Amino acid sequence: MSAEIKEKESAIAFGQKEVKLLTDPIDDDNPVTVQVLGVCSALAVTSQVYPALIMAIGVTLVTAFSNLVVSSLRKTIPNSIRMIVQLLVIAALVQIVEMSLGAFAFSAYEMLSVFVGLIITNCIVMGRLEAFAMANKPWQSFLDGIGNGLGYGFILVVMAIIRELTGKGSLMGWRIMPEWYVPNNLMVLPCASLFIIGVMIWIQRGRNRKLIDIS
Amino acid sequence: MGEILNVFIKAAFVDNMILSYFLGMCSFLAVSKSVKTAIGLGLAVIFVLAITTPVNWLIDFYLMKDGAVVPGVNLVFLRLILFISTIAALVQFVEMVVEKASPALYNQLGIFLPLITVNCSILGASLFMVSREYNFGESTAFGIGAGVGWALAIIAFAAIREKLRTAAIPAPLRGLGMAFILTGLMGMAFMGFMGINPAEFMK
Repeated sequence: MSAEIKEKESAIAFGQKEVKLLTDPIDDDNPVTVQVLGVCSALAVTSQVYPALIMAIGVTLVTAFSNLVVSSLRKTIPNSIRMIVQLLVIAALVQIVEMSLGAFAFSAYEMLSVFVGLIITNCIVMGRLEAFAMANKPWQSFLDGIGNGLGYGFILVVMAIIRELTGKGSLMGWRIMPEWYVPNNLMVLPCASLFIIGVMIWIQRGRNRKLIDIS
Repeated sequence: MGEILNVFIKAAFVDNMILSYFLGMCSFLAVSKSVKTAIGLGLAVIFVLAITTPVNWLIDFYLMKDGAVVPGVNLVFLRLILFISTIAALVQFVEMVVEKASPALYNQLGIFLPLITVNCSILGASLFMVSREYNFGESTAFGIGAGVGWALAIIAFAAIREKLRTAAIPAPLRGLGMAFILTGLMGMAFMGFMGINPAEFMK
């Protein structure tokens, strides 16, 4: 009985450990620059700020809720079909996000249509399911999902600001750079975003020495 | 036959999944520390691509095309879910085989073995096959070609990274940071293949 009460109390706790779950993925355990997850979509949607922002929100929601659902089901999923179950949960959630975008934010939906579907194959969602939700309680998993979504969104928005400013000379579609600035088309190519992530990792690890890998 | 060879070469080099489309980057960057692991993952990806692409073609042609099952019913909206289920089932199978056959490789690949499911290049290959309207033979060749191209890229990349281990790179840039910049450079080099049409050489 007492164990049950304890379980219930810890189920919605918000202590130091939970705050760490939210803040860790933004720097120390960032999904893109440290765990190397979700790189493909980070290359694809960051040539402008607006789609990057919408994509970050969508991924955060899908990661958080799929973590919650799979974590609640984790004891009943047989190991031999767990991937199919996980993907069905993800696909259903992505479908919901896609339909609500179509209903409430149609311009964003038109800009992003293909990439919203591709949230299904965003490694962050399934990576966190495999690495965290399958072994932890629902509430913690939910927070972990939100934290990882925020960390991903942070990288996405910073990259999109750099790329849109230098590649198009604008931000959110408004011209920012002065008239004499000639947009650098290289920054719109996917290659440029690889260089930008490389430099971001350089800066992050220069500041946060414990992330440096020796090999 | 020439057409099939053409599709194969195009998929492996000109339209290389990693270096031209930048699909399947996550496992490419994370599992390329040693050539041995890279070969293991490369073979797994070739296997999965070579089977899922033709199987998804069959599913698409016999189940989802306009009026394929019931006249007047178009099931194309189910495409994404059915494709990903095929892929997930096959990857689950590969995972069980690798776990039994080579526990060492299983441990090295870690989380990136189940993540072959969400390797964008695999779902991407199935979707490209639909959008380019390949027939059955062509989509088989396309699947194998895309897998071979992916494996070649990751093995070449792992070889470069092994050499880089002795290079004098600033400590924070070592490993992952350099890997990203290197991929960008390789991608720019592969832009040189753009616009080459293998069919013209075979005339």
